[in-house]
Amino acid sequence: MKYITVNNRKVPFDDEKNLLTVIRKAGIDLPTFCYHSELSTYGACRMCVVEDERGRVMASCSEEPRDGMVIYTNTPKLQHHRKMILELLLASHCRDCTTCRKNGSCELQTLAQQLGVNSVRFQNTKEQYPIDDSSNCIVIDPNKCILCGDCVRTCEEIQGIGVLNFAHRGSEMRVMPAFNKKMAHTDCVGCGQCRVVCPTGAITIKSNVHEVWNALADKNNRVVVQIAPAVRVAIGDEFGIPKGENCLGKLVAALRRMGFEEIYDTNFAADLTVIEESKEFMERLERGENLPLFTSCCPGWVKFCENKYPEFRKNISTCRSPQQMFGALLKEDGRMRKDDPRKTIVVSIMPCTAKKNEIVRPEHFTDGEQDVDYVLTTVEVNRMIREAGIDLNQVPSESLDMPFGLASGAGAIFGVTGGVTEAVIRRIVNSSRPEDLDTISFMGMRGDESIKETSVMVGEREVKIAVVNGLASADELLQKIKSGEAYYDFVEVMACKRGCITGGGQPTPIGPRTKKARMEGIYNIDKASQIKLSTENPFITMLYDGLLKGKEHKLLHNHVEHSCGECGDCSECSSK
Amino acid sequence: MLDKSYYEKTDEIIAEYGAKPASLIPIIQDIQSEYRYLPAELLVYVAKQIGITESKAYSVATFYENFSFEPKGKYVIKVCDGTACHVRKSTTILERLYSDLGLSKSKVTTDDMLFTLETVSCLGACGLAPVLTVNDKVFPSMTPDAASELIRDLREGKVEI
Repeated sequence: MKYITVNNRKVPFDDEKNLLTVIRKAGIDLPTFCYHSELSTYGACRMCVVEDERGRVMASCSEEPRDGMVIYTNTPKLQHHRKMILELLLASHCRDCTTCRKNGSCELQTLAQQLGVNSVRFQNTKEQYPIDDSSNCIVIDPNKCILCGDCVRTCEEIQGIGVLNFAHRGSEMRVMPAFNKKMAHTDCVGCGQCRVVCPTGAITIKSNVHEVWNALADKNNRVVVQIAPAVRVAIGDEFGIPKGENCLGKLVAALRRMGFEEIYDTNFAADLTVIEESKEFMERLERGENLPLFTSCCPGWVKFCENKYPEFRKNISTCRSPQQMFGALLKEDGRMRKDDPRKTIVVSIMPCTAKKNEIVRPEHFTDGEQDVDYVLTTVEVNRMIREAGIDLNQVPSESLDMPFGLASGAGAIFGVTGGVTEAVIRRIVNSSRPEDLDTISFMGMRGDESIKETSVMVGEREVKIAVVNGLASADELLQKIKSGEAYYDFVEVMACKRGCITGGGQPTPIGPRTKKARMEGIYNIDKASQIKLSTENPFITMLYDGLLKGKEHKLLHNHVEHSCGECGDCSECSSK
Repeated sequence: MLDKSYYEKTDEIIAEYGAKPASLIPIIQDIQSEYRYLPAELLVYVAKQIGITESKAYSVATFYENFSFEPKGKYVIKVCDGTACHVRKSTTILERLYSDLGLSKSKVTTDDMLFTLETVSCLGACGLAPVLTVNDKVFPSMTPDAASELIRDLREGKVEI
């Protein structure tokens, strides 16, 4: 066993890639801005500096641990350096903390307080730059950027898009898209992963809180809300509720107190998606066309595919995402209520910033009416709960409204990578026997890996399945499919690593423990649900015989001509 | 949209260095020396051809002072403002040139596209201070009056560059 000595204590290490990891394992939480274990090491912020026995100072993130090293993490010299770095960062930072959206969850603010930086001796001579709020998903304020590069590396390494990068040099260096284009004019897919890693208020969520409060206050509105699967295991974070705990009941209670009239579960729509997508998949398998079928639940992925691989556009399922199915359904339900003259406003609570862009896509208007009016991310709902003076800890749980409040466990697992696939396989295998469900859960869809492969027998045929999370991995897989190196029949893609639980609209920070807890939280919901199969959801059957009758395609599928100009591959078109 | 010939020329340059990410700087250097500036459209095109993101190419092109997205004049005048030139009053030369050409720190090229005026930190010819270069020709021991005269001569075609 190899050892290093940290602050006079021996710490064993094995194959850790840097000193920082070893030191953190020893229980010392060195501060960092630019270090994320899933990204490449950048070594820019220098907050993680340590000193060796000869007085040399080094950044522990960029130093390999060597047997016998003697390291100190908290000497006066290091304290001086760290404080000085922070002071310099603060000197060129917009310090309007009280009005900053990141107030209270800003890592720069937290560290300044933790390290006791009480004054800044230097004047801020930096030019003020305009805020870019052109995107529907995120807002970029360059004046709050500390150039840690986390967003740059996330966009390039995890998402394979690389919209953001550093530009210019020295004191004029800034993070921006090429040619300082507005975000709305770039290939940004709106996943918001840059915002998840941003330690300051430089990248924040485009807020719709104000509009929703106004909609709620308007007597002519009937405001209906749907809650996505991954929200319930993250909403408690900011209220000190243990990570990963299912707070659905509390959230429902809070929303009702805020004035939402009917509160439903997006998991219900996920059940619809499972049924429609399985049907579409079986049809495509039978006809052997447009395979692999790509899932369409994730708007970040759909946009990525359209931008970079337009030739695969026809492979994307024509099924709307659960959010959009539900939006169309709720609006139709509203139109059917002839005795209620009020306007139906559909709000959806999502873990996702890209969903804000999804609702304004032209195919998501039914009869000229926008299916989902507003998307609120988990973070925005947190904001509203606090604005309303509600303590999520104190409210007693309440249950969802019927009929769209009952969902199967298959719908719940949409919130994690592999969930959609697992739900679809359950439908195809069509068994809810515990032993069969167990077998399915061990087929390899669960887990953190970027690309997972499995196969299932459908009759005589072996159906090949891939589950991808992170768009850079999707890029890799598409290249392989394109070159013929790999073949699949069904491919699930989630833009964010581990799926919606780490979505761009979720409370931060999202460290390894949070990720694990949220993932377990989602699987526990499935475990505890009495209904495991989407088709066993009694309200779904009712719906198909009622409201949906004859309108399945109008409300649940997309019909806008594909950008490739080959419309006619969705099942409705081809049956005509 | 640039003329097709620009892209053909760029293809030639890319072929020379190989369509790989590491070729970025030599390729855009050659484009710049061909057109006296780096057309934005070509930078985007090069990025795509050599397999890097647009933002990465932009990052490199803005890092180096040398690359310019603005078309430059026929004569690029670089006034040295390194330590030796500075103490021998290069600032007065620069000011004279700014006023003669009607330029400023933010407007560096004349409307007739004849002159571009830049400062550089050191040309490495400190013994000749104060010094300036026109395109790559060196003019040593300059004074404001000599600079004015040089501009007149360049306009009238009396000096070969």
